[in-house]
Amino acid sequence: MSTQVPEQVEEESSADAEQQSAAQQSRMEKKRQNAAARESQEQAEAEEKASSEEDTYLLKVFRYDPEVAGKQEPRFDDFHVPYHKGMTVLDALMYARDHYDSSLTFRHSCRQAICGSDAMFVNGRQRLSCKTQLSDLEEPVRVEPLPHQEVVKDLVVDMEHFYDQMEAVEPYFQTNDLPEGEQLQSRENREKIKMSTRCIWCGACMSSCNIAAGDNQYLGPAAINKAYRFTMDEREGEEMKQHRLEILEQEHGVWRCQTQFSCTEVCPKDIPLTEHIQELKREAVKNNLKFW
Amino acid sequence: MYEHDVIVVGGGGAGLRAAIAAQEEGADVAIVSKLHPVRSHTGAAEGGINAALRDGDSWEKHAYDTMKGSDYLGDAPAIETLCQDSPDEVVQLEHWGLAFSRDEDGRMSQRPFGGMSFPRTTYAGAETGHQLLHTMYEQLVKRGIQVYDEWYVSRLAVSDEEDPADRTCHGVVAYDIQSGELSAFRARKGVVLATGGPGQVFDHTTNAVSNTGDGVAMAYRAGVPMEDMEFIQFHPTSLPSTGVLISEGVRGEGGILYNSEGERFMFEYGYASNDGELASRDVVSRAELSEVNAGRGIEDEYVHLDMRHLGEERILDRLENILHLAKDFEGVNGLEEPMPVKPGQHYAMGGIETDENGETCISGLYAAGECACASVHGSNRLGGNALPELIVFGKRAGHHAAGRDLGKAKIQTGKRGEWEVGEVDTPVEPGDVSASGEDVVADGGAAASSSGGSLSPEEYVDRALDAERARVESLLNKEEGVQHAEIRAEVQKSMTRNVNVFREEEGLKQALRDLREAREKYEDVYVADKSRTFNTDLMQTIETRNILDLAEAITLGALARDEFRGAHWRKENQERRDDVWLKHTMLSWNDGRPELWYRPVILEGEEKTYEPKVRSY
Ligand SMILES: Cc1cc2nc3c(=O)[nH]c(=O)nc-3n(C[C@H](O)[C@H](O)[C@H](O)COP(=O)(O)OP(=O)(O)OC[C@H]3O[C@@H](n4cnc5c(N)ncnc54)[C@H](O)[C@@H]3O)c2cc1C
Ligand code: SF4
Ligand code: FES
Repeated sequence: MSTQVPEQVEEESSADAEQQSAAQQSRMEKKRQNAAARESQEQAEAEEKASSEEDTYLLKVFRYDPEVAGKQEPRFDDFHVPYHKGMTVLDALMYARDHYDSSLTFRHSCRQAICGSDAMFVNGRQRLSCKTQLSDLEEPVRVEPLPHQEVVKDLVVDMEHFYDQMEAVEPYFQTNDLPEGEQLQSRENREKIKMSTRCIWCGACMSSCNIAAGDNQYLGPAAINKAYRFTMDEREGEEMKQHRLEILEQEHGVWRCQTQFSCTEVCPKDIPLTEHIQELKREAVKNNLKFW
Repeated sequence: MYEHDVIVVGGGGAGLRAAIAAQEEGADVAIVSKLHPVRSHTGAAEGGINAALRDGDSWEKHAYDTMKGSDYLGDAPAIETLCQDSPDEVVQLEHWGLAFSRDEDGRMSQRPFGGMSFPRTTYAGAETGHQLLHTMYEQLVKRGIQVYDEWYVSRLAVSDEEDPADRTCHGVVAYDIQSGELSAFRARKGVVLATGGPGQVFDHTTNAVSNTGDGVAMAYRAGVPMEDMEFIQFHPTSLPSTGVLISEGVRGEGGILYNSEGERFMFEYGYASNDGELASRDVVSRAELSEVNAGRGIEDEYVHLDMRHLGEERILDRLENILHLAKDFEGVNGLEEPMPVKPGQHYAMGGIETDENGETCISGLYAAGECACASVHGSNRLGGNALPELIVFGKRAGHHAAGRDLGKAKIQTGKRGEWEVGEVDTPVEPGDVSASGEDVVADGGAAASSSGGSLSPEEYVDRALDAERARVESLLNKEEGVQHAEIRAEVQKSMTRNVNVFREEEGLKQALRDLREAREKYEDVYVADKSRTFNTDLMQTIETRNILDLAEAITLGALARDEFRGAHWRKENQERRDDVWLKHTMLSWNDGRPELWYRPVILEGEEKTYEPKVRSY
């Protein structure tokens, strides 16, 4: 009887326990039928998948290990990874590691573009691998460590220099007078610094920057953006702003930037880095500071 | 050997706050963390941080809401501490520059959150955790606190008296992931564990890959009880394909849940006739799965969360990052279509037993943040109550570890004060597979014989280092066997199938059988990557053992507790049973076997006693 319950009974049923359970049974029945249909379809799909090359992705992954004989000379390994809709480069790497080669090494943690661990050079461009859909890429997918940084192993690079630059700009809130309770901040001002606070320290921008590649002491886009975040924060006050501008217009600071926009293009958090740098240059000029 | 006054394990919100506090107290403190601090999962928190900051609100109301939300399994002294300290701590974050969202008048914005009687969830867009984590890391840099970045802590150096409550923690053993160097860290005053949640016990989770419950497992193996492990929060709105979280903020702002028939089921089917979408998480999660089980799910798997009616301007202003998440990880445009959502493992209410100062029963060993259980959240955490926990208890643990007198704790730890023996009927023997076999080395079992507490602190630290070296060597020397990825995947699958939102006896027993099998496999585990350099294979193999311990504890607690309280629902007994179950589930590692016991809940607060009421939303 359950499958015969007419549609409108289902809709009225919530008040009536008996009818409700009848409606529920009918849904369960539908569900079972759907599930059965889906199952046979899935099976057919799985078979089709096994026989067609199109449902795997070919990854060419950079390999290097200073300790392992076969890997001391950098090489590329091929991994054929079964594809599912929504699969990211990180998913594919994890699959390859967990099923083919447990020594395949890369940093990752959050899987949601917030920890900044997995910036890599994918098909010739700096990208966060967890945020990059395989379907957006040409095959084969070439995965390499971030350029301009020393490789520790496989896709892992040494981040020390990046961290040093980030920490060189007094990257912490400073003000000379704090009220007892909360400080006030206008919505507009909070909005102004909003994008700059989004940085996840992934290092993609720094790796893409020609200037940084040539001048090891250049603060780089991420560190300058960090400084922007404080320079523009009205809560710090004018005096501190002056101090921050002095740090920024040092020899390896904002004036090094040649507005090539490569950092802005690769930033996975869409931070307008070049604009921020330009704005700081204008501020520095406005404040009549001397520059090199 | 490295030496400091205080060693903080973990650089998430809790660890950073603990380190800052310990330094404020004059201690030489260092953080040892497997991830660089800014990579910690605190950064993923979206919704906000609860604090009674405004006229019309009070810490008492916050405490009442929290106790009610906990389904009367939170301990009043911990809850009251949280709610009293949170407002000052949030203002402290503001003073450190945290970019909170602002009201028209320039004050920090607050939004309503599920289970809260006042809109006290203070937020920074939909990225509160990211802002909090980075703001605190900035303070760390300012203070020059040392970080051993990408060092994996794998064992605690604890003395070996018979009763864990007589033991002392003298440090930790860790290895430098980058170089493979294994080293001891002596802590002259204390060790604070702040290792975060255990989400990787399940295969559908909002947690990070590195949330493997390491701290909880290490403390457990050293003799500290795990408390209330069965209480796992499943968040009702995670994206189906990845588990990425869609913040409760969406529902706070007015987002609506629909089933496949387009019905607003929270009201339509009476799951929460008053609060609807803003009912507490367990209620909404079960409602969603009930809808799916009743055939009203979409693709038999999920429901829809719709925010389109809020309008583009409001969405962009307050929930912009939700748009990015839905697009990047599910391919859905939240401005134009509803977002698919389903329940995913989200938060562990239980963890390392501590008092309200963050101290465990082992002297010198502290825990704070998600790995700890004070207990603030009881059987169910309210949204926005974890971030204040990080800073309130992180700070207290840091201060106390560094020697500040915080007064005598009201909560007792270890088998002190009132407690009772517990019993649970299991289909297989839980715990070590071979309580005295050879393979215990790889499993992390102690190799040395007990000294009865007679060694010096340095000797305990050295001994822990030797034991850990033996374990690592044995894992690396083994040439073939099973790999951790296989074991991990099997455990995760069984846990999601059997120890989910709906729990029944047979499923729980099946999980225990599966876990036993997994433990047997783990006896044969090996690490294929033999390199010392950045060996994540080794690290994940050790993590998998920790996952096994936690999975077993969660399941044992869930099997023993035959009632429905907060996040824990049992098919056989679908009601809260205060006559028997107003007590915490405790599990102690005793000679390779989990020992079950109970401790009564403390409902007596500073000025009043909280009377258990029906938790209806
Ligand atoms: C997606 C998401 C959204 C959330 N949103 C909110 C919200 O809006 N409001 C709220 O109140 N709560 C929220 N929560 C909960 C809250 O964010 C977490 O409970 C909290 O951030 C955990 O912080 P923690 O410091 O305890 O751990 P984590 O931030 O996870 O840090 C753990 C640290 O321990 C280190 N570590 C772990 N194991 C080892 C080891 N073996 N050796 C060395 N180091 C180790 C890691 O490197 C890391 O630094 C959310 C949680 C998730 C997952
Ligand atoms: S600015 Fe962008 S690209 Fe550069 S480190 Fe920050 S998030 Fe990454
Ligand atoms: S894994 Fe965290 S940013 Fe990609």
